[in-house]
Amino acid sequence: MADYQTHDYDVLVIGAGGAGLRAAIEAAAGGVSVGLVCKSLLGKAHTVMAEGGVAASLGNVDDRDNWRVHFSDTMRGGQYLNNWRMAELHAKEAPARVRELEAWGALFDRTPDGRILQRNFGGHRYPRLAHVGDRTGLEMIRTLQDHGIHQGIDVHMEVTVVTLLKDGDRVAGAFGYDRERGRFRLFRARAIVLATGGVGRAFRITSNSWEYTGDGHALAYQAGAELMDMEFVQFHPTGMVWPPSVRGILVTEGVRGEGGVLLNREGRRFMFDDIPANYREQTADTPEEGWRYTQGDRNARRPPELLTRDHVARCIMREVREGRGSPHGGVFLDIAWIREKLPHAAEVIRKKLPSMYHQFKQLADIDITTTPMEVGPTTHYMMGGVRVDGDTQMSTVPGLFAAGEVAAGLHGANRLGGNSLSDLLVFGQRAGQHAAEFARAHPAGSPDPGEVDAWARRVLAPFERGAAGEGPYQIQHELQDRMQDLVGIVRVEREMQEALDVIGRLTERAAAVGVTGNREYNPGWHTALDLPNLLTVSEAIARAALERRESRGGHFRDDYPEKDPAYGTFNIVVRKAADGGMELRREPIPEMRPELRQVIEEMK
Amino acid sequence: MTQATFRVWRGDAAGGKLVDYATEVSEGMVVLDAVHHIQSEQANDLAVRWNCKAGKCGSCSAEINGKPRLMCMTRLSELDLTEPVTVEPMRTFPPVRDLVTDVSWNFRVKKGIRKFKPRAPDAADGTWRMSQPDVDRVQEFRKCIECFLCQDVCHVLRDHHLHDEFIGPRSLVYVAALEMHPLDTEDRVPELRQANGIGYCNITKCCTAVCPEGIRITDNAIIPLKERVVDQFFDPVGRLVKIFSRRHTEAGSGA
Repeated sequence: MADYQTHDYDVLVIGAGGAGLRAAIEAAAGGVSVGLVCKSLLGKAHTVMAEGGVAASLGNVDDRDNWRVHFSDTMRGGQYLNNWRMAELHAKEAPARVRELEAWGALFDRTPDGRILQRNFGGHRYPRLAHVGDRTGLEMIRTLQDHGIHQGIDVHMEVTVVTLLKDGDRVAGAFGYDRERGRFRLFRARAIVLATGGVGRAFRITSNSWEYTGDGHALAYQAGAELMDMEFVQFHPTGMVWPPSVRGILVTEGVRGEGGVLLNREGRRFMFDDIPANYREQTADTPEEGWRYTQGDRNARRPPELLTRDHVARCIMREVREGRGSPHGGVFLDIAWIREKLPHAAEVIRKKLPSMYHQFKQLADIDITTTPMEVGPTTHYMMGGVRVDGDTQMSTVPGLFAAGEVAAGLHGANRLGGNSLSDLLVFGQRAGQHAAEFARAHPAGSPDPGEVDAWARRVLAPFERGAAGEGPYQIQHELQDRMQDLVGIVRVEREMQEALDVIGRLTERAAAVGVTGNREYNPGWHTALDLPNLLTVSEAIARAALERRESRGGHFRDDYPEKDPAYGTFNIVVRKAADGGMELRREPIPEMRPELRQVIEEMK
Repeated sequence: MTQATFRVWRGDAAGGKLVDYATEVSEGMVVLDAVHHIQSEQANDLAVRWNCKAGKCGSCSAEINGKPRLMCMTRLSELDLTEPVTVEPMRTFPPVRDLVTDVSWNFRVKKGIRKFKPRAPDAADGTWRMSQPDVDRVQEFRKCIECFLCQDVCHVLRDHHLHDEFIGPRSLVYVAALEMHPLDTEDRVPELRQANGIGYCNITKCCTAVCPEGIRITDNAIIPLKERVVDQFFDPVGRLVKIFSRRHTEAGSGA
């Protein structure tokens, strides 16, 4: 019998970034007992790194904005593979969710008349992102954290969940360990909300921290839930590229929103060379018009640097591949040039982009008020995730909910910047509410103690192999290298087949991994236990990407470089088959309600 | 490629020692990179907290060559690599393992501080109006990434261990952010004097010196809070003026 501490909750939330905190707050407001577990300390989750802002059609800066415009922008950005119901709810509810944060103490930047200021961002027709300089995520997570700690929620910091437990079809609990002492924890719960974020650590170059190993994706998959849109990984166009140790760290889109331009080594503004047909009407004809747009001219159209992230990332790749890149394999992002336009440009840059200024100064010895930055694509966000009901966020497993990055649907083939912070508020709230309702309507299930014991043995197995087993870091690094090279921004069939072979071999090696030391705060052990999750999501990404023989959004196939309308009618769904293998299915997209279709027509 | 030696504290609550690790260093590396190299190549079980690697989350606090700093923002190029670089856990908090300390006290203290209580909304739609300068003043405090380096360096906590009587600079910055929030209506001044022990701070400004966010903790947060305590508790004339002016306002608004 394994030795473990047991906790009973009505609702267990796994993950304490924005979505998890928001879900926990809402569930607690629903009058049920709530436990919240997170792998790091509270307030350190990836939401803290979000820079640009939270998208909501408040209409404070441009009163032409409303939910209909936000809805159609989101659908266009997602290439119409989005769950349109989620896109509708998101656009309608984001403003209330943002205002609510203000009631909990958030302090956004202000308009001259004292309301919440909004800024331009890629793919958003009007200035829509409520923000705090370039540290919006910190403001949001701190607000949710400082509000959340007074709502009677039990917070378990530095606890990792290794498996969900079921009772029949429904979810009944979760099993894991605390990182500090390595002691086992059994959580029994009537409903569980996954809010574990993304999968960035499956790739070598990423803006994501160690935590983002696809835990929620893998937990849901292993519990029988369906994953969707796994081929759509967002490579953010602007990550740092030099020095090597900072490669991948995010450079906010806000730099371009404030007038920053992308240049190749010849000094050419290459983004003007390739503007997709469906954005041509909305894009500036000249650099001058683009500049006016960034300065708030309502009659100007956006500069091509603010096209969607998938497109900008591919244009950068093209420049690099064709030999026009910067010295360290990126391109130049220049905000310093605005001194030609503004008298106090350096001051403006430091005020609008303080953490970017700080980041480049301290980590790269570059003063962005005088010198262009070198940037290149970095793995940033997972559009794909747990397939959920748009209204309730419940997965196909009863009692198992998902919200935020771990859930699929809102963003379709490509996410617009700013839509993730609003996503986690809107759907964190919904998941929390419906999880609480589910918990009230259903009796507690009973996890199988035998299963718990089996998991306890499996979790400790790497210690038994000890130094005789292979170290976990070699396997992790090899997976990251190969995924980057074989299933990265530009994909072809042959390479992805190779990736599946690689994943198969690494899965065998991961099963024989060994760790040394003891159970107390042992990162080698933690890394070993994260490996199966990374391998599961990597396989799902590769298989879904093989299945989609076209290029759309974040998914680009060199062997099928065009968008194929036939592929615009379904999502690719992945689930665990009866034989334990991974099975794929094409799920037709339900027909959109006529009034929503009309909104899209009107906004074209 | 050149080599450098890192002298890392290895141990737990029962005790520990400094262990030397030689590792290769390259252009642009920070201390956290070196710790990660050592972890993946020589000591898989070397315990260290980190998340963002960009100075935004405040997880990788440590003492580098004796100075409280973020490992992710300390570049090797600013250190003398001809000597071993010492990397130790924060000394003010109980050790868990290696570079990881038990910082849970900070979270408990925060929970004990009265939460944000906004005034009634300014507009019919439930929203407020605030000016940018009013917001800016508080945003300085809200930049705090909760790395707890200020707590680590504060002699009241570090040398005198008065964790039960003094909430430390980070928590005072939190109180300042609430007290100076344009919408907040709560009064935390009596607690500042009693439970929060603000009097223990003798404004040596060590906290300000180590803040990676450049928050002027002593000048902009702690001293103004001390002034509020003095105004409310030790200034009889000011107190009388306040009572009368409050009565006056109340009478005025009642009319």
